[in-house]
Amino acid sequence: MYQKFNLKISFFIALLSWGLYAFSDLYFIQYGQDEINPLVADLLPNIFVSTFILSVLNYYRSRIRKAESLNFANLLWRIFVTGLITTLIALLIQLIFYLFTDHPMIKQPMLINFLYHILVALVVIYMISTFVVWKRLILYQKSKRLLQLWNFFEYGLFGGLIILGVFRDLNDQFLYFLVIVFTILSFFLAFNLKWIAYLSFGQKLKSILLILLSGIYLFNFYLGLSQFSTHGSLQIDLLDSLLIIQLFIFLFIYPAITVLVILFNLPTSSVVERKLKEAVEFQRLSNLVATPESEGATYRHLIESAMNAVLAEAAWIERKEEDNAHSFILRGVTVDEVQMIKQSLSTGYVNKVMFMRAHGEEQIKSYFSFLQGRYQSAMALPIFLENRQVAALVLLHGVKDAFNLDLVNIVTTYINQISAALLNARLLRKTIQNERYQEQLKIAKLVQKRLLPDELAHHASFDIVGLSKPTEEVGGDYYDGVQLTDDKYGIFIADVSGKGTSAAFNMAQMKGVFHSLTQLNLSPTDFIIKANEALGKCLEKSSFITAAYHVIDVTSRTIEFVRAGHCRALQYTSKDQKAQFLEGKGLGLGILRNKTYDNYVHAQTIDYCSGDILVLYTDGIIEATNDFGVAFGEEGLRNSLINYVGMSPKEIMKGIMDELYEFTSHKMVEDDYSAVVIKF
Amino acid sequence: MAEAYCELVIEGSIDASSSIHLENSLEQVILEGNSVLLINMSGLTYISSAGLGAFISKLDIINQRDIQMIFFQLSPAVASVFEILGLGDLLDIVADKETAIGKIK
Repeated sequence: MYQKFNLKISFFIALLSWGLYAFSDLYFIQYGQDEINPLVADLLPNIFVSTFILSVLNYYRSRIRKAESLNFANLLWRIFVTGLITTLIALLIQLIFYLFTDHPMIKQPMLINFLYHILVALVVIYMISTFVVWKRLILYQKSKRLLQLWNFFEYGLFGGLIILGVFRDLNDQFLYFLVIVFTILSFFLAFNLKWIAYLSFGQKLKSILLILLSGIYLFNFYLGLSQFSTHGSLQIDLLDSLLIIQLFIFLFIYPAITVLVILFNLPTSSVVERKLKEAVEFQRLSNLVATPESEGATYRHLIESAMNAVLAEAAWIERKEEDNAHSFILRGVTVDEVQMIKQSLSTGYVNKVMFMRAHGEEQIKSYFSFLQGRYQSAMALPIFLENRQVAALVLLHGVKDAFNLDLVNIVTTYINQISAALLNARLLRKTIQNERYQEQLKIAKLVQKRLLPDELAHHASFDIVGLSKPTEEVGGDYYDGVQLTDDKYGIFIADVSGKGTSAAFNMAQMKGVFHSLTQLNLSPTDFIIKANEALGKCLEKSSFITAAYHVIDVTSRTIEFVRAGHCRALQYTSKDQKAQFLEGKGLGLGILRNKTYDNYVHAQTIDYCSGDILVLYTDGIIEATNDFGVAFGEEGLRNSLINYVGMSPKEIMKGIMDELYEFTSHKMVEDDYSAVVIKF
Repeated sequence: MAEAYCELVIEGSIDASSSIHLENSLEQVILEGNSVLLINMSGLTYISSAGLGAFISKLDIINQRDIQMIFFQLSPAVASVFEILGLGDLLDIVADKETAIGKIK
């Protein structure tokens, strides 16, 4: 918005200034200097020329933006076009002059001056636009000091132009001194040519041509101006202003030096070009690390970049995918040729890489190999992922010895980027997969929670609560309680060997067996024998289950139970206010998978009274350790039970658990743990 | 031949991950054709249910091949684990190596 406005205003002022300049100049010629103050007659046109120059400068300063984009050739092209148009018009004027050189009209000072005014406008437009382009180029990648120097140069130049336009009769020596200072400054500024480095070979040639042409235009303008000057009938001669001359000097010096520097840079430009390309490729590959693509796409990026960087004529990538299948990416070679090349080399590092046998730490003699046939040289580099070679990059060239170590270094940096990208992508995939597993585990946890009873069967004469906490998402502990007959209740607790998912599967089987057998209203002995038989057929060989089955008879007030390798139940008797562990032999389920198991089943019967408590639990509770490696133990359990004997089963459970957590300082208990509290 | 035996020394603690090593070692000494296995438990500090599973999974083949397996020098903690699970009656468990050697048939 502002820029558009600025352009319009500048254009308008420039046009107005030039009109006023031409008009005032012509006016004074027409009416002579006698009637008007000569100072004013001289001064006014000069002031208008100055405002004209400054507004043209302002116009081009906002028209030609900074050279941030690397399109320097475009800037030069702009000079060329502006120069061409202005020069053509100037030539037309000169033509008129020559054609009618003897015509009396031409002798008219009015006409001569008017044509001169037009020429001045053209010269100023061309010089200023060129000046602004050079300024942009000189200040490309500027330092603070360079900017200060340039500002001094520019303001000095144009400030001087105005001042000297107004006060023409200054000391000549002072003017010469100024010219020398500004010429030295021009030289100094002219050596800021960083932009040349960014030109390609073709662009450099084009630039030389354009700059030479711009010089010719400038020279032509100078000739035109001086022609008028020698003609002698000018009211105001632009070349009288030494600073216009100064501007001419600068506009000659900079292109001259530029052309020389470009010429000297021509032989090295291919190297610079390649370095630039390398950087761009590297940048492209770096992006892959941040935004992972498929492995195939990533390898395709690598092969393009590597071929560009080392100017290879052909290349292939052979890669081993995650399922160990081999696949090829081919550029300029066929699969048959690849196989032939691989067969033709029997030893050496290149061969090793081609056959995916390279490993990270080895002394490498040569990355290169001679070949027979269409391609004469090969360069091979391995791509490693987690210390395993996963792919081989082979670059081919039709000339012998086409590759060197410098190129190896470049391609190695690309490969490093690629490896990072591949690793990133793999990690991402793994993370997603892990998340999916986590999700599945969450579901498993929910399912298992439903395998445990919400509420245990109870009777007016006893109250019962159960609790189970797996150490991982799922675990192998199980408890349950059902009513068998009107007066019999079966209470069961079990602990599957191992932890985690495998234990959880066996726990589910245990539940199935439990509910099948309770249908049969078996005695604890038969129950355990049948359970062992059933589980013996479905458990893995290394798995077993410790269990205890209790049948409570509420009429006879007895508990008959069998302990199958499970932790000894803790019984509190209110009569003597003592808690003791129930002794008795018994072998875990699934340890012996034949009839001999029956010999290890021993049933016992105990009586109970009101106020008695029975605590069933799994070994996670008594084996829970504190920071010193000491286990909570049977004693810990017994002591904590004693503290809560007067309370309800729910409160007893909470009390025991609180003491357990306090003992272990609230750190994770390492095994699954469960407990059932029955209070009569 | 009466006194020819293979002694398996177990050290450290055996949990789910280390039980694989135990299982492999047992597998190996059984396949070697040893008829007497003396299991030296003096260095065993802890054994989880998965560790016990390693022994239990071999009980069948040991019976079939009529291999004599004798455990000796169990720490009190390990002994109580064996006892609660009911292995005390099932397996040959003795106090020390001399007793174990004396029991070799």
